[in-house]
Amino acid sequence: MKTIKILGTGCAKCKTTEQFVKEIIAKHNIDATVEKVEDIQQIMEYNILSTPAVVVDEIVKIKGKVPSEAEILEALS
Amino acid sequence: MFDWLQSFSDWLIYSVFTISKGSKLGDALNFFVYDTIKILILLFLITMIMGIVNSYFPVEKIRNYLSRNKLFGLEYLFASTFGAITPFCSCSSVPLFIGFVKGGIPLGVTFSFLITSPLVNEVAIALFIGMFGLKATLIYVLSGVLLGTIGGFVLGKLKLEKYLSPWVQGVLVKAEKEGNFEEEMRIFSQRLPSIFNEAITIIKGVFWYIIIGIGIGAMMHGFIPTGFFEQYISKNNPFAVPIAVIIGVPMYSNAAGVLPIIQVFVQKGIPIGTAIAFMMAVVGLSIPEATMLKKVMTWKLVAIFFSVITFFIIISGYLFNLIL
Repeated sequence: MKTIKILGTGCAKCKTTEQFVKEIIAKHNIDATVEKVEDIQQIMEYNILSTPAVVVDEIVKIKGKVPSEAEILEALS
Repeated sequence: MFDWLQSFSDWLIYSVFTISKGSKLGDALNFFVYDTIKILILLFLITMIMGIVNSYFPVEKIRNYLSRNKLFGLEYLFASTFGAITPFCSCSSVPLFIGFVKGGIPLGVTFSFLITSPLVNEVAIALFIGMFGLKATLIYVLSGVLLGTIGGFVLGKLKLEKYLSPWVQGVLVKAEKEGNFEEEMRIFSQRLPSIFNEAITIIKGVFWYIIIGIGIGAMMHGFIPTGFFEQYISKNNPFAVPIAVIIGVPMYSNAAGVLPIIQVFVQKGIPIGTAIAFMMAVVGLSIPEATMLKKVMTWKLVAIFFSVITFFIIISGYLFNLIL
């Protein structure tokens, strides 16, 4: 079971990313929880410069863009 | 470069839809078709070019470069230039700000980046070329970069660290020079697909703003008589620039939404400098931006930041009116 965190201060791109990640784990039956992190102090602990970012099991996998399906699957593999 | 497109728009509106040439509706529709296609082509070209540059100079690399190197005053210009080539997303401005501060980059240099980023970006450049030509675009880009450089320098000299939010001051104390960043080793042809995808995402993101902006612009183009605005904002009115800027500051729109309307303002008699200063105020500063910055700054610092930038935008407005 994987823990996915979506880091973002609440902008449109971040919401799209969250939605998209949820759709993809449902579609591929991936065992994972999705959590949205909006608090800026928590976000900055991951040392990123641009949002949205996708964190899988505490490792930043994608940052600064709305990922494609392939990128999400790669991050989760 | 776009003669063929004008012929196409003429043919489409006047021959295919048989709307008579010279009628208000015909003029408006012709303008809409021509402008929309031209802007979309330019937008695609510019986002691709900027995407390529950005792929080789990602923001993490820029941060580490600025953090490690002493540039003897040139760091403001560098930061401002980097702000111009980095695609702007308002939601990234806070993480960027903290990330820079965390990397030990001086506050003034960070401000330089932050000022230029929304002012000069791929969307603004593409629309500017399409609407005002290359010369005006060049002047706009240079003055945007200069504004960031000078603005950041002045803000840096004011020693504003004590007005950051307490938790950010904590970050400041623990600032470290080393940032972890893995250099991408992919060759150009491997980078291209993701650059292309990114360009498409950017265009999708601003598509409706552009359509609506050009739509409103086209209506104004067709239906508002030339010289209409001159009655209200004449070139001789010395207060026109500050008034336009102060109206623009609280408003928020990205370049895509506001530029098509600015273009019509200019065609109908508003001096281009005044119009550009207004645009800079709209895209560079806004109430949403202020609330975002409030997360890392005290209200006092937000106010100082806004005042300094507003001042410099007003100055640039006067300069544009002199030069253009």
